[in-house]
Amino acid sequence: MEHLTVDVAIIGGGTAACAAAVALREAGLTVALLEKRLCGAGASGVNFGGVRQQGRDVAELPLSRRSRALWDGLNAKLGEDVGFEATGHIKLARSESDMAVLEAYARDAAEHGLDLQLLGANALRAEMPWLGPAVVGASLSPTDGQANPRVVGPAFARLARRLGAELREHSPVRHAAHDGAGFTVEAEGVTVKSRSLVNAAGAYGGAVAGWFGEAAPVAPLSPNMVVTEPLAPLVTRSIGVVGGDVYLRQTRRGNVVLGGGRGTADVADGLARPVSATSLAAGAKTLALVPDLAHAQVIRSWSGLDGEMPDHIPVIGPSSTRPGLVHAFGFSGHGFQLGPAVGEILAELVTQGRSTSPLHPFRIERFAGWRGGPYRSEGEIEH
Amino acid sequence: MAEATVAIVGAGPAGLRAAQVLAEAGLRPLLIDEGHRAGGQIYRRPPPGAERPAADLYGFEAGRARALHDLAEALAPRIDYRPGTMVWGIAPREPAGFDLDCLGPAGHGRIAADRLVLATGAMDRTLPFPGWTLPGVFTLGAAQIALKAQGMAIGRRVALVGAGPLLPLVAHQYAKAGATVVAVLDVTPLGAKVRAAPRLAAVPATLAKGVWYTLACALRGMPVRSGVRALAVEGDHQVEALTFEDASGRRHRVACDAVGASFGLRSEAQAADLAGCRFVFEPLTRQWQPVRSGQGHSSHPQVYLAGDGSGIGGADVAELQGERAALALLADLGRPRDTSREARLDRRLARQAGFRAALEAAYPYPHHLVDRIGDDEIVCRCEGITAGALRRAATEREAREMNRLKALTRAGMGRCQGRVCGHAAAEILARRLGVPVEAVGRLRGQAPIKPIPLREPA
Repeated sequence: MEHLTVDVAIIGGGTAACAAAVALREAGLTVALLEKRLCGAGASGVNFGGVRQQGRDVAELPLSRRSRALWDGLNAKLGEDVGFEATGHIKLARSESDMAVLEAYARDAAEHGLDLQLLGANALRAEMPWLGPAVVGASLSPTDGQANPRVVGPAFARLARRLGAELREHSPVRHAAHDGAGFTVEAEGVTVKSRSLVNAAGAYGGAVAGWFGEAAPVAPLSPNMVVTEPLAPLVTRSIGVVGGDVYLRQTRRGNVVLGGGRGTADVADGLARPVSATSLAAGAKTLALVPDLAHAQVIRSWSGLDGEMPDHIPVIGPSSTRPGLVHAFGFSGHGFQLGPAVGEILAELVTQGRSTSPLHPFRIERFAGWRGGPYRSEGEIEH
Repeated sequence: MAEATVAIVGAGPAGLRAAQVLAEAGLRPLLIDEGHRAGGQIYRRPPPGAERPAADLYGFEAGRARALHDLAEALAPRIDYRPGTMVWGIAPREPAGFDLDCLGPAGHGRIAADRLVLATGAMDRTLPFPGWTLPGVFTLGAAQIALKAQGMAIGRRVALVGAGPLLPLVAHQYAKAGATVVAVLDVTPLGAKVRAAPRLAAVPATLAKGVWYTLACALRGMPVRSGVRALAVEGDHQVEALTFEDASGRRHRVACDAVGASFGLRSEAQAADLAGCRFVFEPLTRQWQPVRSGQGHSSHPQVYLAGDGSGIGGADVAELQGERAALALLADLGRPRDTSREARLDRRLARQAGFRAALEAAYPYPHHLVDRIGDDEIVCRCEGITAGALRRAATEREAREMNRLKALTRAGMGRCQGRVCGHAAAEILARRLGVPVEAVGRLRGQAPIKPIPLREPA
């Protein structure tokens, strides 16, 4: 059994956790990070890969704007190409009422400095003649884009390690507690003592919060993903729809990644798997948007395990019961773009006790006295 | 009382024998066949109207091939046979059993089954060498399929290379079909075969066949060599020549227009993976395979395994295993048992297992060649990933196991989902890390097992 004593222990090895380890090392603190499998292998690594501000809950927009600025410099920071491309994200309307939703959202987004361009059917077809007849209009966010989720988390993990953070993979955390003097985190093969503790445990974030007497109803969420073989360039932008029942993008390599609906997840073993009927349904919805994909072949499907909160926005902020404990979990299927900024925010919370970003909507206290009982997440997941 | 629905996946020797046993017991099993006519790869048949004499297609095995083809015809009214149907997904259903996602002549469909017999067969193992992605390079399995199903050779002047007992067999079949076989090159040292000979003799008929094929090749004047190294295919846009070093280190160049290459067989175990079967590393053949008991049980109580899909044993063993697994299934359903039949099968399977071990020792997967794969060589041809990229992922990007290697490099992420490159990639990763190949694990299976159209076929 290994024993480590550090300034900050981090539970979880997703992008936000690894980015926090980087920022904390840059601030001169010692860090130990505990990941049950491999860093960046959970929701951080198997998501759609959308780097999107558009369509988020407006409460998330300040964080998302902050993160977007970081994405431009990620390759340089990480020393690796993470595949980020500002292809723009376009959200499609399939009815006039959808269009009204987009118009209202564009007004809200403008207040947060996010400029969206509303496109009518003619303007949209002029730019993207390959869109199907179901589409009547759209909202374009030119600065949004996409990246390769499989490499971002691992690259942050390696940078953290290069900066001197102690990363322990295949080390699931069994329990964490505070003895009045500091935190003790017991993981498989290693025990960590620390002054501060970061709970970035994703779908398990609620359980960690529970160890400190805090209610946080997290439901497992497993987006269903499908990818085609590489195709000639066609889908120029990352695409979503009002309602969120389907989304797609074409990678640099040419594969079209499409998502929609949910897979199944086993929270106990942490594994999620896609559902065939859902994959086929997402394919049909995709073809309604982009009929030219009719001859594409699907080569793989997958899912991953994330945590979803009842109000679909994460918990980010200090613990309400235990000073020194900081939470960031429950990203509800859209944490990938936020990861780099959340890493910085976590480091601010640990080192200064507050953040320059507005975190009030994400406070864990909003679930104090949660009476909902076991909570089951459902409905569409917007990416 | 409703009888259990049993789905057999695969209609080769194992699947057909399992279907026979279940039909004899009064069940009406589903027999799901990716091919269009039952027989599997080994006893693959030409399309109706293009038949050729069985003796020409199957050699010594003509009798067995005929017997299985006749069995398939005889079973037809007593089973639910689904030709041309690919199982691409398997998911557990509540409270028990499975849903099989199928793509067949009528499009996508879903089949519910209480129990599965997986008899999914095997395919060639590849190993990259210079020029292996050139048009004109085929696997030995593909070379056989071309011959059996279409009556075609892969070229006019054909070189056959690799490791394994298939090599002299295919050479013989090709020569008999009128192709010019310009070289038969085995990377296995002759010594390994000589050492294994006494144990191979445990099943004399099989040994005799192997010797006969090799002799027949030699008698036809085919240059047969063992222990060759440094294989390379030359050609600008297609195969023009094969170069190699013989056992004494002399360099040779043989002009040819097609190359058949195979380095042993790998189990097609994706269906077992999706069904939730536990896997174990099989050191003799250096591959992960679903755990299978001598009676054909997998680790999953409702899944039975038979044939090369869960352990390479060849066609004769597959027939025995198919029969045995079906008997085990019937016993689990509470049907009366024929213990003497079970015991007879178990004895024959035990004898075959000893032979198989010797055969694998005689034709080991030539993982020692992995170090000779140049950094520029493409390993994952779907995604164009080189050996160098895999090695760099190990040393510079902390890739310690196969799924992380795939995530970081895209190796195994293309059309074939690692079926072709997975073994070689694992050997390369393990060598670079200095760990046994089993330590890098295996690629997790994901639906679809093979590509399916995004649009539902009309």
